[in-house]
Amino acid sequence: MTDVVLKTQNLTKRYGDFVAVNNLNLNVKAGEIFGLLGPNGAGKTTTILMLLGLTEPSEGQVQVLGFDPVRRPLSVKARVGYLPDQIGFYDGLTAYDNLAYIAKLNGLSRREAQARIEVRLDQVGLSEVSHKRVGTFSRGMRQRLGVAEVLLKEPQLIIMDEPTLGLDPEAAREFLELIRDLKSHGISVLLSSHLLHQVQAVCDRVGLFHRGQMVLEGTVEALAQRVLGGAYRIHLEADGSNVETYLRQLPGVVNVHHANGRAFEVESKSDLRAEAALAVMDAGGRLLSLNVEIPSLEEIYARYFKQEGRHAIAA
Amino acid sequence: MLSQLSSRTHVVREGSPWTGVWAVVGKEMADLLTSTRMLILELLILLTAFGTVYAAAQNLRDQTGEARFLFLKLFTTGQDPVPAFVSFLGFLVPLLAIALAFDSINGEFSQRTMSRVLAQPIYRDALLLGKFLAGLFTLALVLTTIWLLIMGLGILSLGVPPTGEEVARGLLFLLLTLCYGGVWLALAMVFSILFRQPATAALASIAVWLFFMVFWGITAQLLAQSLWPAQPSVPATILVQANREMVLNRLSPNTLYGEAMLALLNPSVRSLGLVLPMQLQGAVLGAPLPLSQSVLLIWPHLTGLIAAIILLFAVGYILFQRQEVRA
Repeated sequence: MTDVVLKTQNLTKRYGDFVAVNNLNLNVKAGEIFGLLGPNGAGKTTTILMLLGLTEPSEGQVQVLGFDPVRRPLSVKARVGYLPDQIGFYDGLTAYDNLAYIAKLNGLSRREAQARIEVRLDQVGLSEVSHKRVGTFSRGMRQRLGVAEVLLKEPQLIIMDEPTLGLDPEAAREFLELIRDLKSHGISVLLSSHLLHQVQAVCDRVGLFHRGQMVLEGTVEALAQRVLGGAYRIHLEADGSNVETYLRQLPGVVNVHHANGRAFEVESKSDLRAEAALAVMDAGGRLLSLNVEIPSLEEIYARYFKQEGRHAIAA
Repeated sequence: MLSQLSSRTHVVREGSPWTGVWAVVGKEMADLLTSTRMLILELLILLTAFGTVYAAAQNLRDQTGEARFLFLKLFTTGQDPVPAFVSFLGFLVPLLAIALAFDSINGEFSQRTMSRVLAQPIYRDALLLGKFLAGLFTLALVLTTIWLLIMGLGILSLGVPPTGEEVARGLLFLLLTLCYGGVWLALAMVFSILFRQPATAALASIAVWLFFMVFWGITAQLLAQSLWPAQPSVPATILVQANREMVLNRLSPNTLYGEAMLALLNPSVRSLGLVLPMQLQGAVLGAPLPLSQSVLLIWPHLTGLIAAIILLFAVGYILFQRQEVRA
């Protein structure tokens, strides 16, 4: 197997004059959780549909697990799980029957299907309600049933579209745990969302989507560095006359704010807490408190759109 | 050479469009057969079947000695105020077919299950074909059940078994009715692809059904009269007008079904078109046609209905293939 499970080259989708996805280059590595971020209507869902071969790209190449979804849609769809946004089930059927239908469509034998369904329902904590009609399920339960369904075909890659949208905080937290659990089983995940703190909590790398283009890509720290200047903010309180000069001389420091009195704010490219403490000592000052703040994706997102002179439509 | 060939087929299309058809058929049939609307329509048809056949049997009981094709008359005899069973079927079957299909595709969208199902390793073909076949099989199941019930009821009430030819004609009639239902099934399916609201699709299907039931006959007459005016002094123009009107009328599946049904269930029908007196020279009026001749008579009607099914299905197929998956 290659290291890259998903790769697009200059992927473009036009609807008439409207360009939904514009020259997208995307790479997802094996075993990684990749977050696709962006406001509603940025082209996330269109991209996902093209990855699955459910919509044909206007231009460009897609490789999913080494297959071209346009030419080999069945091979791709047999190996990739898809959890759509606002997932729907046949409300009149039981959870078990819903999964049994999907298992049949995947060509599983009855015996195999039964075994797998039981395991998966148990894994997502729905085995007690497996013979209840899905119409009675809450949104969180449906979402978990969706994960069970996706896992039925034992996928190598799972694509999720807005998986935590509309979940209450507890259900969302449980769901994120479920995603982390998938990663520990070696499954790669591509996840689209506009709920930034949740993306930050689970994703290894993120891509920021805007008007059909990937405007930023990388780890949260890397993005912070590019957008905010420094990835780390160290807040410290210290007494002393020339603390600021000493701090500025530290390698890796991007900026130092002397807010008021004893409070300083240091922007740096790496975690410089220990060095900053030493610098305060060297300056002959007294260190009173020291704190590091990892920048949130929310901040990066807001700052990016402000820089671009556009309005960020954050959640 | 072989690898070249196989790599070329991959370029064309991977796998079979039939993958998963039977899974879809099984699931859809289970859905249809347990749905409430099916129950209502089945009850309605059963009620009409019992009512009309009972009335017909009362009427026919005294003729058991002399009349031929008693079992076929069971379908076609009406006794005031109860019309014959076949005239009920003419409008109940479309209704049943529409009820089976009007939400087949848009229902998946409104339930938000479409993208999830299409993300499985099947082609769209399998979903559409599976849904259509499930509707057709359900229709066949219902019609066959009713057919068997009527035959059984006939044996009980008339006291004579059906002849081989009666059974053969009856079975052909069943097939014809199924094809007629298939046309409406395919039409309702096209509308279910075209309209995102199941209610709109149902209304549109019913509108087409009403149009052919009520207005097409009038329209055909008016069109024929205005396009090919008949001059009373020239008999040929009258003939042309009548012929054209008949052709126009036959564009309606209802007309095709009505005519073909008549020829199948009434062996003494010798022609479905215009018959001039001179063509009847030497004919023994009222003498029944053999089955093979009746089949010959309805062959164009049967193929016409099947062609309509295929055409409508093809339209639906193209529409569905081009449809965006996202709601």
